[in-house]
Amino acid sequence: MIEIFNIFLMAMLVITALAMVSSRHLFITVMLSGIFSLLVAAIFLFLDAADVALTEAAVGAGISTVLFLGALALMDVEETARGERWVRVSSLVVVAVTTIALVYATFDQPLFGDPNAPINLHVAPWYIENVPVHMGIPNIVTGILGSYRGYDTLGEVFVVYTAGIGVLSLLGDPVKNRMNRPVQNHGLRHYLIPRVVGRMLIPFIILFGLYVQFHGEYSPGGGFQAGALIAAAIILFAILEGENRALNVIPMRVLYLMMASGALLYGGVGVATLFMGGNFLEYTVLGSTMVSGQQWGILLIEAGVGLTVTGVLITIFHAFAARSNL
Amino acid sequence: MIFYIVAFALVITMCLALVRAVRGPGLYDRVLAVNMMGTKTVLLLAVIAYIMGRPDYIDLALAYALINFIGVFAVLEFFRTRESQLALTSSTTQSGQEKALDEQGGQS
Amino acid sequence: MDAWSNVVEIISIVFMAIGAFFIFVGGVGALRMPDFYTRMHAASLTDSAGPIFILIGLILHTDSFLVAIKLFTVLVFILITGPTASNALASAALLAGNKPSLAVKQTTAE
Repeated sequence: MIEIFNIFLMAMLVITALAMVSSRHLFITVMLSGIFSLLVAAIFLFLDAADVALTEAAVGAGISTVLFLGALALMDVEETARGERWVRVSSLVVVAVTTIALVYATFDQPLFGDPNAPINLHVAPWYIENVPVHMGIPNIVTGILGSYRGYDTLGEVFVVYTAGIGVLSLLGDPVKNRMNRPVQNHGLRHYLIPRVVGRMLIPFIILFGLYVQFHGEYSPGGGFQAGALIAAAIILFAILEGENRALNVIPMRVLYLMMASGALLYGGVGVATLFMGGNFLEYTVLGSTMVSGQQWGILLIEAGVGLTVTGVLITIFHAFAARSNL
Repeated sequence: MIFYIVAFALVITMCLALVRAVRGPGLYDRVLAVNMMGTKTVLLLAVIAYIMGRPDYIDLALAYALINFIGVFAVLEFFRTRESQLALTSSTTQSGQEKALDEQGGQS
Repeated sequence: MDAWSNVVEIISIVFMAIGAFFIFVGGVGALRMPDFYTRMHAASLTDSAGPIFILIGLILHTDSFLVAIKLFTVLVFILITGPTASNALASAALLAGNKPSLAVKQTTAE
């Protein structure tokens, strides 16, 4: 019965993707990409992957749309003329061949949810048995993400940090770019109702972001989702109150500190466990028992992830918005 | 059983909103469609949480209910920003279609 | 006690069916209405009414108090943010120059 909903939603995904490709006005494409992310989040939830659905809803449909719009405010909104005919035909052929090859490769995979698939015979039961024993937390995904695959998450935090540094190095310091902008005299800050209601909601969004951060070991959540939620709250403040005021409320040096200290905290936990006698990122040595050590370790690294993601997302938004008339 | 009926109604309405997003002349119809999809997604997340038998997943519906309207505000703000920017610079290199699109608020 | 829980279950099913009906009507309205403002009206009214009925139906169906509180919070936030977003969108569209199609003398082709 659930499969019918999956088929419906995936068909809507294909229609949305075709509409995105065939539209020439880029604002419309960005709106359709927001719809795309919502559909993907619903599909993930139908496939029983809650952490991924929360991340997709928060990052894809919320933050990503806003960042694309911020970039679009700085440039032409109409796509340039298409390439010549042979370019289009050859790219279509390449894409078609790759798609057929990928679809053919999926014929060898076991069916979704097959109890005799190797992943359900060896990998998943091991994790299901050992996460409560080693770490004592109910959310197995956070256990895998934070502890068993901790190097991978360390790499992801540094990738996010690198993205923040890259955007800053391309677009420049937002405060300096802000100096020679005229003050805009119309915008959302002059509509009373959105401003009042939006400002009222910002503390609740931040509070919910903190809940998702610290409750990530018991329910779907964790550092990435919490970072996206808190960044969304600050971006809402910037949209409603104006970029100048947002740059005064949270200055850029605080954001630089947040970006760097999150990655430093994560790496620092690894180095600290080295000094305490274990391997790199072996959380067992952080506490008196294995369970308490693992829980301390996961708590600290999730805090690091949340700090970096928040800092980077707000920084990227400021880097774009400081150059426009927001 | 009723959960499946509600989920089916929600998915059908998402299809209708998608048709509006693809067809709708101009930008504001598409923003309306995105807003509709957002609230339907919140309800769909809550109903799926019940179908799957895991009430912990209501957190997702709560998170998305809080984020939903940021997209609407962002598009309104950036669209107005772009119009004011065009009014300030009064660029002459714009194509005729784009100027008409921006002046009439996206009715193309 | 059994009779009471049966009554509560029937009430929750009825509420959810009413909510699903409102949602569907809103979708049809957004598709068939002739103008932007009429579509906005259909979408925003049913986006407030539908979630009220569906979420109250879900609250009546649940056993745990925490889940009921969370669903109530979702309802409160939908009721706060939905009309605000509709107001902002309609104001922005009006200020950008979209005119309602029946409010203007048809001197030029629309």
